[in-house]
Parts: sequence; C-alpha cells; structure tokens
Amino acid sequence: MKTNARHVREPLIHLTRRMNVPTWFAWAVRVGAFAISMLVCCLVSCLLSDKVNPGFFFKYLFEGAFGSGMLIMSLLRDTAMYLLLALAVTPCFEMRYWNIGGEGQAMMGALGCALVIVLTTGRLPVWGTIVLSLAAALLLAVLWAVIPALFKAKWNTNETLLTLMFNYIAICLGGFLIKKVAPMGTGILNFESGTLASLIGSDAVKSIVIIATAVVVTVVMFVYQKYSKHGYEISVVGQAPNTARYIGINTRKVIVRTLLLCGLLGGIAGFLLVSVKDASFLSDSTAESTVAGRGFTAVLISWLAHFNPLAMALTSLLVVFITRGANQVGNMARLGNSYAGMMVGIFFFFIIATEFFINFKIRFRSHADAIRGGEETK
Amino acid sequence: MIVTMITQAIRFGVVFLYGSTGEILIEKSGHLNLGIPGIMCLGGVGGCLGAYWAHRTGLPPAVVVLIAVLAAMLVGGLGGLLYGVFTITMRCNQNVTGLALTTFGAGVLGFWGTQMGDKEIFFAPASRYAFTPSLFFGNKTPDNWFATIFLSHGVLVYLGIVFAILVYLVLKYTRTGLSLRAVGENPAAADAAGIPVIRHKYVACVLGAAIAGVGGAFYLLDCTRGSLEYVIDAMGWLAVALVIFSLWRPNISIFGSFIFGFLYILPRYIEGVGLAEKELLKVVPYAVTAIILIVISFFNKKETQPPAALGLPYFREDR
Repeated sequence: MKTNARHVREPLIHLTRRMNVPTWFAWAVRVGAFAISMLVCCLVSCLLSDKVNPGFFFKYLFEGAFGSGMLIMSLLRDTAMYLLLALAVTPCFEMRYWNIGGEGQAMMGALGCALVIVLTTGRLPVWGTIVLSLAAALLLAVLWAVIPALFKAKWNTNETLLTLMFNYIAICLGGFLIKKVAPMGTGILNFESGTLASLIGSDAVKSIVIIATAVVVTVVMFVYQKYSKHGYEISVVGQAPNTARYIGINTRKVIVRTLLLCGLLGGIAGFLLVSVKDASFLSDSTAESTVAGRGFTAVLISWLAHFNPLAMALTSLLVVFITRGANQVGNMARLGNSYAGMMVGIFFFFIIATEFFINFKIRFRSHADAIRGGEETK
Repeated sequence: MIVTMITQAIRFGVVFLYGSTGEILIEKSGHLNLGIPGIMCLGGVGGCLGAYWAHRTGLPPAVVVLIAVLAAMLVGGLGGLLYGVFTITMRCNQNVTGLALTTFGAGVLGFWGTQMGDKEIFFAPASRYAFTPSLFFGNKTPDNWFATIFLSHGVLVYLGIVFAILVYLVLKYTRTGLSLRAVGENPAAADAAGIPVIRHKYVACVLGAAIAGVGGAFYLLDCTRGSLEYVIDAMGWLAVALVIFSLWRPNISIFGSFIFGFLYILPRYIEGVGLAEKELLKVVPYAVTAIILIVISFFNKKETQPPAALGLPYFREDR
C-alpha cells in the first residue's frame, strides 16, 4: 500500500445523526418543505409557460382541488383510494419487507373482480355477482402478495425485484383478459351491470362508500399495528430480526401472515376501483390501467408518512390536491396531461428530502473546529 | 421475414441494453435505482433536443449524432446526480427516490411531447442520421443476410454494445471495478480498506444514468425513426428486469437484450394467433425474470446473487 503523507483536511460538512427528534421539529421541517415545493412548482410553471404567473398558478391550483362541492367530494374519494393502497403496503414495510407490488396486488384484485363480472353477469342475481367478485378480488390479490412472501420466507428471494416483476405480470394478465373478452373493443371493459356502482347510481354515494371503507380500514389497521400481538411481532421482525428469533417468533410465519393481510387490503382496493369507482376495467400499461400507478404512489405515501395512518391520510390528501390542482392549472394554460405528473414529482423530491433534515444534523467546519482538531492531533 | 425479425430484435434490444448496462453499473455500487425508466425518459428528451439543435445549426451528420448522445448523457446524468444526492449524501430511501424520479421523468417526457408540437420543434429530420446504416455501408442497402442482421444498423446500436463491453471489462478486470464491486457488497469493509466509497457511488450513479439516458434517446431517434412515443418508461422497467435476467453481468445482458428485444417485437410478426394470445406473450420477459430470480435464490450461489448491500444506505458513523 502507498502511504498517504498528505495532510488530510477535515471535510467542510460534517453530518451527525440526530437522536430523539422532537415531533414539532419534524413537522416544522415537513410543512416548510411542502411550502417550498409549492413555490418551486409555481416558479417552474412560470418559467415553462408565458400564460402562468403566480396569481394564476395558485388560483387554479386551489380551484382545481376545492373549486366546488363535487370536486371536494372526488378529492376526498381519491384520497381514500390512495390511503387504502398505502395501508395495504404499510405492514410489510414495518417488517422491512420491501413490497413494491401494491400496484400488482390491487391490479389482480381488479382483475378478479372483472373476471367474475364477465363470467356471471346475467346468470346470477346482481348481489351474487358482487359478493363473488369481491371474493375473487380478495383471492387473487392475496395470491399475488403471498407468492413472493413464500419465496422470501423460504429462500430469501429478493422481494423488491420479485414484487416489481409481479406488477407487470398482473398488468399483462389484465390485458389478456380484456382482449379475450372483447378482441375488437376499445381496450376498456365497461360494466353496465354486476357492479356495486350499478346499484348505487349517484356519484356522491359511490364516493361515500369508498371513503367509509378507507376510514374503517384505517381504524382497524391502526389498532392492529398498535395494540395487537401481531402488530408487535411485525415491528420486532422489522427492527430486530435476531431478537425476533431469540424470543421465539416464527419469522417465516409472520412474513406470510402479514403479506396475506396486505393482499386482502389490496384486493379490497381493486374491488372498489372496478366495482364502485369506475365500473370498468382497463389494463394497458402502468399509467393506462384501472390502478393507474396508484400502487407505486402508495409506496411513496406510506414511506413518507413513517407508516403513521394519520400522516398517510394527510400525505394522500396533499398528493391528490397537487395532482388535481396542477391538472387544472395545466388545462387552463394548455400544458397537457403530463404537466401534473411533473409537479407531483417535484413535490415528492421535497418531501423525501425532509427525511434527511429530520434525521441528520449538518455542521459546517468552522475555524474554531479546525484549531481544536489540530490541537487534538498533537 | 426471419432476417427482418432478427434485425428488429437487435435494434429494440439495444434500448434495453443501454438501460440495463447503466443500471448494472449503479446496482454494483449498492444502489437499486428504480428511477431508470424516468432517467431514460429524461435522456430521450435531452437527446432529441440536442439532435434538433445540432441539425438546425447545420452541423455535419456525425456531429449531430454525437451531440445527441452527449446531450442525452448530460440530461440522464443530471437525473442520476439528483438520485445520487438524495440517496448517497442524504441517505434517503432508494426505492422511494427512484419511484419519484420515474414519476418526474415520465412527466417531463409527456410535457415536452405536448410542448414540442406547439413550439414546432421537430427532431425527425435529425433522427435520420441516427438510424441510417452509416457505419459500414454508407447509404447503400446491404445485400445479404449477414450484412442486414449485423451491419445495417445505425451507429447507436454499436455504441450500446460497446458501452456494455466496456462496463463489463471495467467491472471485471480493473482495480476501479473491483473497488466498485466491493462498495456494493460491503461498503464498511471497502471504506476500511481505504476505498473512497462516496466517490465511487457518485461516479457509478451518474455514469450509469448517463448510459441509460442514451437508451431513451436511442429509442426515439432510431427505433421509432423520430416520432415521439410515450412507452419509454415501460421499456425502462424491462431494462431493470434485464439486469436480473443477466445476473448483473453486462456481457450476458448483450445476449439477454436480444432475447428481450425478440420477445418485445414478436407479437407484431406472428400470424394466426389471437390478439389475446399476443397480449399474453408480453408476460414472458417478466415471468422469465421472476423465475430466474427465484432460481438464483434457490441455489444461493455467491456469484449469482444481487450485490449484498443493494438498497442499503451507507453512513460511516452508523454501526
């Protein structure tokens, strides 16, 4: 080895991990990041288009999200959808099992639901179809969650990559079903009957069904995580796998059981999307599908909210707010459909960055430090 | 027809090859970059803008292609730098940062696509330089099957293969490559051995993203012959799958990319099969990758595993 005789200088920036971060500090950082992200979005939009100025941007941003009673209702409905999907991946994240297959699990739920509707409409009473389609949605989604879990538990297969592949397999299978049912169709299956939506009719009631489901699931999951023995086991397996082994927790069992639960929630989400929200089934690509990338966004939401259900609800609300608001800005300034995606991306970067400022303390090298450092080395 | 199919398979496969070569370089440094689809979108935007600008200025064809490649590498590399700042310096979660980058990149591509029409930026004339067989034949059409399959491509196809071979050689035979692999396997041990871990990670993330960025530009300039298509992110996910398929080895991924390309274009060429079955064919690359993933974990050989520290942030002061 070559000896390095050169004097090594102290780095300019020194990072230390913060211990015991006060809650107010963490929230102050997050609120600050949200405010800055909005300003940056506004700035970027102003630079991209002559039509946009700050007044225009914020006017339509809020109008698009909260402009009317109906808009607020659909804002809450979309929030509930994101919240459900985020809850569906949260238990596995707490276990440090990186299930990024929420998209595929919800997609399989939607596929199961659509499959039953196609097969049984006209042969069964509507209620029969609905119950069966819910059952099929749950079954397929659970299957899609548990298969990677079994491989993880048995052979330690990399679950991030495997669930990622399962997402795409699910989308392709959905495309197969659509072409099988309607080879010459437009690529989207519309269901006139056999869905919960066909019984409900009114959009407001549909939204309420979705919101109510999300609220119930949130409460149940909160209690499950916080007060049940299962929830405790999940956090032990996640935070200290060795401890889990020593105190006799069957890690494999916990993994499979937790993923079963995740699959159930994904199935519920898929069922709600097909049978209540859309009354249709679409599966062309990640963006052009019934789940439409929400499963991926839910991963972000769950992680950014530190698995706290209330914080997840808030994050979901912010995501939907920006998406819908930016869509409106984009429409008014003729910026196209993808403009909103860009804005959501910017928002995510700022919220992800808060992690760093909450967890790490940044110290710049000062003159005093340099002298002290010098004395110590003598 | 079989010759056309093979030629097209090679051509489409190279998109995956660019993406996977870049991703392999990044993953070898211990970073799972799920932002590759977004980075390829960004690179596509950069490359097309570069080609358009260079063509409008009236530069010679070779320079137009060169500038397109450099612009794609620059924009893709900037995406990689953003990812690096978040995951290396700021130690944010890699999956989350990657997914956000994909959202952002796909948004930028779509946005740019709608603006391009309004502002009358057309890169199709410039793309001609990328896809004409310029390397060996000038503008002549090749006359035998060998020349058609191997020599009739645009210059970017060969560049993709060169990149893959270079990355393979660097990873396998150089000291830098060894250090980089050490960083991906066990950053703490590498750090103790005096390898500058952070610098290696940054170089890998930025260079890898730059290479992947060329993939996006290649798709728009060569495969679609200069028309804008928004499927780049889907191709990016296939590139991520190809990394696993080729067991983190760029030399295998040259052949893997051909297989993926073949499967990608297969539905367009087979006849007498229903639309639904063609739809089902799209499953094959993902399903095979999933099976490979399971099989390598089943045998659990060290040579075929993902880098051990893949996905884990490294902070020297942590225990």
